[in-house]
Amino acid sequence: MISAPDVVAFTKEDEYEEEPYNEPALPEEYSVPLFPFASQGANPWSKLSGAKFSRDFILISEFSEQVGPQPLLTIPNDTRVFGTFDLNYFSLRIMSVDYQASFVGHPPGSAYPKLNFVEDSKVVLGDSKEGAFAYVHHLTLYDLEARGFVRPFCMAYISADQHKIMQQFQELSAEFSKASECLKQGNRKAFAGELEKKLKDLDYTRTVLHTETEIQKKANDKGFYSSQAIEKANELASVEKSIIEHQDLLKQIRSYPHRKLKGSDLRSGETEHMQEQAYQAVTTSNPDEPVDTDLYTCRPAYTPKLIKAKSTKCFDKKLKTLEELCDTEYFTQTLAQLSHIEHMFRGDLCYLLTSQIDRALLKQQQITNFLFEDFVEIDDRVLEKQENAAPNPSQDRQPPRFLEEYPIPQVLISVGSYKSSVESVLIKMEQELGDEEYKEAEVPEVSSFDPQENLDYLDMDMKGSISSGESIEVLGTEKSTSVLSKSDSQASLTVPLSPQVVRSKAVSHRTISEDSIEVLSTCPSEALIPDDFKASYPSAINEEESYVDDSEGAIHFEATISPQELGEAEEGSLGNPPLQTDSSCCIGKESDSLQVPLSTPAQTLADEDGVVSIPPQRYRQKDQGFHVDFTVENTNPSSRDNNSEGFPAYELDPNRLLASRDVSKTSLDNCSDTTSYVGSIASTSSDRTPSAHPAGSSSERHKKRAGQNALKFIRQYPFAHPAIYSLLSGRTLVVLGEDEAIVRKLVSALSIFVPNYSRCAKPVKHWVSSPLHITDFQKWKLIGLQRVASPAGAGTLHALSRYGRYTSILDLDNKTLRCPLYRGTLVPRLADHRTQIKRGSTYYLHVQSMLTQLCSKAFLYTFCHHLHLPAHDKETEELVASRQASFLKLNLGLVNEDVKVVQYLAELLKLYYMQESPGTSHPMLRFDYVPSFLYKI
Amino acid sequence: LRSVGKPGVASIVSPLRSTRAVGGAWLGVLLTEAWAWEPLPLPGCCDGSSGEAENLRDWRSIFTSFSLFCLPLPLPSRPKKSPLQTIGEEQMQNPYTELLVLKAHHDIVRFLVQLDDYRFASAGDDGIVVVWNAQTGEKLLELNGHTQKITAIITFPSLEACEEKNQLILTASADRTVLTVLQRLNIWLSGGNDLCVWNRKLDLLCKTGHLSDTGISALIEIPKNCVVAAVGKELIIFRLIEPTEASLEWDIFEVKRLLDHQDNILSLANVNDLHFVTGSHVGELIVWDVLNWTMQTCERNFWDPSPQLDTQQEIKLCQKSNDISIHHFTWNEENVFAAVGRGLYVYNLQMKRVIASQKTAHDSNVLHVAILPNRQLISCSEDGSVRIWELREKQQLAAEPVPTGFFNMWGFGRVHKQASQPVKKQENATSTSLELIGDLIGHSSSVEMFLYFEDHGLVTCSADHLIILWKNGERESGLRSLRLFQKLEENGNLYLAV
Repeated sequence: MISAPDVVAFTKEDEYEEEPYNEPALPEEYSVPLFPFASQGANPWSKLSGAKFSRDFILISEFSEQVGPQPLLTIPNDTRVFGTFDLNYFSLRIMSVDYQASFVGHPPGSAYPKLNFVEDSKVVLGDSKEGAFAYVHHLTLYDLEARGFVRPFCMAYISADQHKIMQQFQELSAEFSKASECLKQGNRKAFAGELEKKLKDLDYTRTVLHTETEIQKKANDKGFYSSQAIEKANELASVEKSIIEHQDLLKQIRSYPHRKLKGSDLRSGETEHMQEQAYQAVTTSNPDEPVDTDLYTCRPAYTPKLIKAKSTKCFDKKLKTLEELCDTEYFTQTLAQLSHIEHMFRGDLCYLLTSQIDRALLKQQQITNFLFEDFVEIDDRVLEKQENAAPNPSQDRQPPRFLEEYPIPQVLISVGSYKSSVESVLIKMEQELGDEEYKEAEVPEVSSFDPQENLDYLDMDMKGSISSGESIEVLGTEKSTSVLSKSDSQASLTVPLSPQVVRSKAVSHRTISEDSIEVLSTCPSEALIPDDFKASYPSAINEEESYVDDSEGAIHFEATISPQELGEAEEGSLGNPPLQTDSSCCIGKESDSLQVPLSTPAQTLADEDGVVSIPPQRYRQKDQGFHVDFTVENTNPSSRDNNSEGFPAYELDPNRLLASRDVSKTSLDNCSDTTSYVGSIASTSSDRTPSAHPAGSSSERHKKRAGQNALKFIRQYPFAHPAIYSLLSGRTLVVLGEDEAIVRKLVSALSIFVPNYSRCAKPVKHWVSSPLHITDFQKWKLIGLQRVASPAGAGTLHALSRYGRYTSILDLDNKTLRCPLYRGTLVPRLADHRTQIKRGSTYYLHVQSMLTQLCSKAFLYTFCHHLHLPAHDKETEELVASRQASFLKLNLGLVNEDVKVVQYLAELLKLYYMQESPGTSHPMLRFDYVPSFLYKI
Repeated sequence: LRSVGKPGVASIVSPLRSTRAVGGAWLGVLLTEAWAWEPLPLPGCCDGSSGEAENLRDWRSIFTSFSLFCLPLPLPSRPKKSPLQTIGEEQMQNPYTELLVLKAHHDIVRFLVQLDDYRFASAGDDGIVVVWNAQTGEKLLELNGHTQKITAIITFPSLEACEEKNQLILTASADRTVLTVLQRLNIWLSGGNDLCVWNRKLDLLCKTGHLSDTGISALIEIPKNCVVAAVGKELIIFRLIEPTEASLEWDIFEVKRLLDHQDNILSLANVNDLHFVTGSHVGELIVWDVLNWTMQTCERNFWDPSPQLDTQQEIKLCQKSNDISIHHFTWNEENVFAAVGRGLYVYNLQMKRVIASQKTAHDSNVLHVAILPNRQLISCSEDGSVRIWELREKQQLAAEPVPTGFFNMWGFGRVHKQASQPVKKQENATSTSLELIGDLIGHSSSVEMFLYFEDHGLVTCSADHLIILWKNGERESGLRSLRLFQKLEENGNLYLAV
């Protein structure tokens, strides 16, 4: 049935070898193809070549029996989005591929028409001429009036980035399945209603005919029937038959949920959930309820009408709209789901992947992640899984052999207490080990570190995905434990690497391909997946939580290359492979000293050590790579300068990547001081920020705004450092001001620096006007306080001065800050007023990464056994204390007041870990007897 | 103020289950039993309650606090001559760097009583008794029963010999009721307008006749089966008659009245085996012999507002009598530490004189003082602060005049001048001083009382309805680490480096 579309021919990258290289020869392992349009002044993130639409959108099309394929609606419903893109043409393209469209009819050997409950088909299509690639989800809806009772529809996620579709296939599939399920659910209901109406009509018709026949009989008492009478009798017979047929259809459609349950549906859990929701929405409780509770029969208004003997199926009748087909409420719900999908996959692929990796990594840091993260997205199922995995005590003693094949076995031992990271995967790995085929394919590749091969390896996988639908799952299963067992720093390396490779492929592919449409991949219905794939991809079949696993799968895929890449990075660029290979852990550069704690003096915290550790800087010098995005946030101005000459600044903001494709909404941006280096790259408003969870949109906006305001604060106030130090060290910061709006704004901006007690809301009080009490300081770490001129205000101020030792006071009206001295190095890196970061969301990410680093330090400090317990009975407390101090100073590189920050975070970690029921109590108020100073502008 | 009805404590609590000691240690799981209340209509009872707790130690050393009737007085005007000593933000010696606010009461919290190593009970004007875990700040129990203010609380530990190791918490809720426990006799006394003697089963054994309308303000036990009750200006000594073969009845009768105080007696304390001390509203401190009930020494000079008593006296501490009323005592082997008005005075029992003082230790009246084993003195006051003092001794040459600058710096030079009178100076060459080493600011209203736990820090209760647990942050941090690794080990997640 695949007619027009051709199979994509993946080619070797011979083509881009011909691209002129102006740069000196790179080391082989870094030879990533240049962006092919670079010579035309385009940048990779502006507009992907050829695409006629500004950003991704969702298209719903129908193969109308009257007019053929036609687009029905797009999400977002905004003509600017798809611009000049030919929706009709594309609808034709995508609808022509539905090889699963089965129809209802009289199957041989069956007396009555049978409804086929077909699974949806999921295909990836490409149209390189249009520059459009689409995930296409075909589904059929039932319509009594339609030919064969079915109306084929499809929902397509259309993007200019082929690899986005490929990479996100599982997620797209899962999300679209939900939408489709919702549509079909509503459709079944509506169809059942239709059938009932039709049955009533038929019944009525039968009665009428019957009476007529009787009348005729009476009128004609001769022994023979008139032709009229015979006709009537025939008509009656056909009505009878029709009634039986329709009753059968009704029975079939009603029996659907049972059949579905019986079948081993992959997403039964989810769909059931969706169904439930839908049912609740429709307020009809049960699909199996008798007729009288059904939606349409509930309406007494329906009066049956006579059906003409020959129902005309002609082209002039109006077909039902999608909304009519599916019941309005289901339809709106589906639309909501679709716009959720649109939100979810907004933005550049690398950003999506980064944020997915980000989330996955955060989920693994279950001990520390509560400190600075918002926990809307934390997935219970993941937690559950990790808990299940947790009691496995032997993970670092007997590392599975699979892991030994990786170049970083040390990691496992030294990060032993980071158990959550490792274990959730180990179990899966063992499952996968069982799959011989898979292992054979995997292991040799991994053990050889030829970088070119690695690229090829990736290529091959991509190629593998061309013709066979299943191959996407193969990609998905490449779960390597490495990324999980690795530290943040290493993970941060993988982030830039993977999308780069991917992107290059995308580009190259497009330049080569001449065909107008390619089927890149198809995913048949789940039932068709062969058994051996079930083994290698457990999440797709064996588990209910496919969605979660899907996302992980994608991440793991990205991670697959990371150990090798890391290896290359180490061998190639560092020139110090053993050390780096041994290095374990979570805090980038300091890692090597952790390996032998206390024995080696730590490297001094080089100023280079900003966000990411060394390797990317190496790249930066020789490569126009993607890495710069991540290293640029170093606060080291010199490195940035080096960087900026060869590479324009459009990398500064991941969001900008997203923005690139929709110039149309430029005006929406409200960031005043945002300057864009590249004219074509418009700044973006945050609604375009990708978010993978429903609540994401608003919180992204919030983050962005907070980041922006925090940035302003840092630039505006020279004493921002001690203020932020106060927040980080758990000393309550009171923002005092008259204007509520200003105070609130600053409080929400500064709240990004406030560590959480637990997974509950942040200890931030945006606005109070009553005098503060000691309990407030125990409860809140950031308080916006109203300054009142009245005598009541005097009480407020008096209380404030009385409790001065617990608070830092930022007076917005007088522009003063009263707080203890800060002389550390941490906050200046976190909040550099000369920072080149321009955008709020970028700054937010910068803060997050810095704080994550800080968290890992606190984690190490908290969970290092020897630091807190005496080595033997005779050891005095002073010795232990001095050991702690030297660890903090030498191994974690903390100076002066920075120690307090880590100590405070460590206390929070301890409390959180000890808590039986999280979030029940507020921790104690910790404070120091230190003098405060008054800062003025 | 008049007393309402007869004093008494009346309800019975019957624990549904008996408790057991864990491993013979005194640590037990607190009061996990269910409780049943049995209102017992006794004649002449106001409302009352008693609770039962588990095995506890001997409490007598801690049980005091007769500041029951020290109703908050209007803040006295600040004396001009002695500025309040202050300490900056930098308090190196102040160990309390962590606090936990406990909230359960809805009125002034007046009393704290220690139950065992880690538990304490609080009571106050809202009539509820709350049992807390001093280690975690967890609220363990809330005992409801009183409908009015609680005016006294005391624990009644069981006899050592007793099989059933349980402890009663006695609370009284009439005006001017005080409680004391005679552990040795396994009885307890309640004092109001009269004095009642009760046994452990809450039977009234005997009682005195009506003593006075003002009621008993303080009550302590002294040897020879005697108790001393402070009634107004008088000290009345009662003797208890134990049941003998001759008579099976308990009896109590008045033995002696001591009329040496010139004003109402506010505080009364057993200092050691030989002495007890009383303090009055006009600043008289009298040390009595515990056996023959004679006055050993009387120190009324320093606080006496009437100059005619001692014309040579050059200090007048305060002009107002409530500035020199002795609210509370604490003591150790050598010294009695008295909270006098806003000041703190250290009275040496051997030298029979004040050896150190802080005339203006607080902004307002000092309500409670306690001496810690490490010679730190803690005081709390109506001004809402708690201050930590250290008693420091300095060896000095007898002849050398005291550098007044030093003392002036600390604001008690005048006292020292007095103390360095020639006669007394020859006796002792060391000078002692009280030095402020830290203050705890947290309460927004008068701090009524505090309780010190060796292991868990300091508990303060206040008129702002709060109880604050002050802890040594460093030690707590260490303990948390310890617990953390214990939990890790329990979960099997602890891997020690080989």
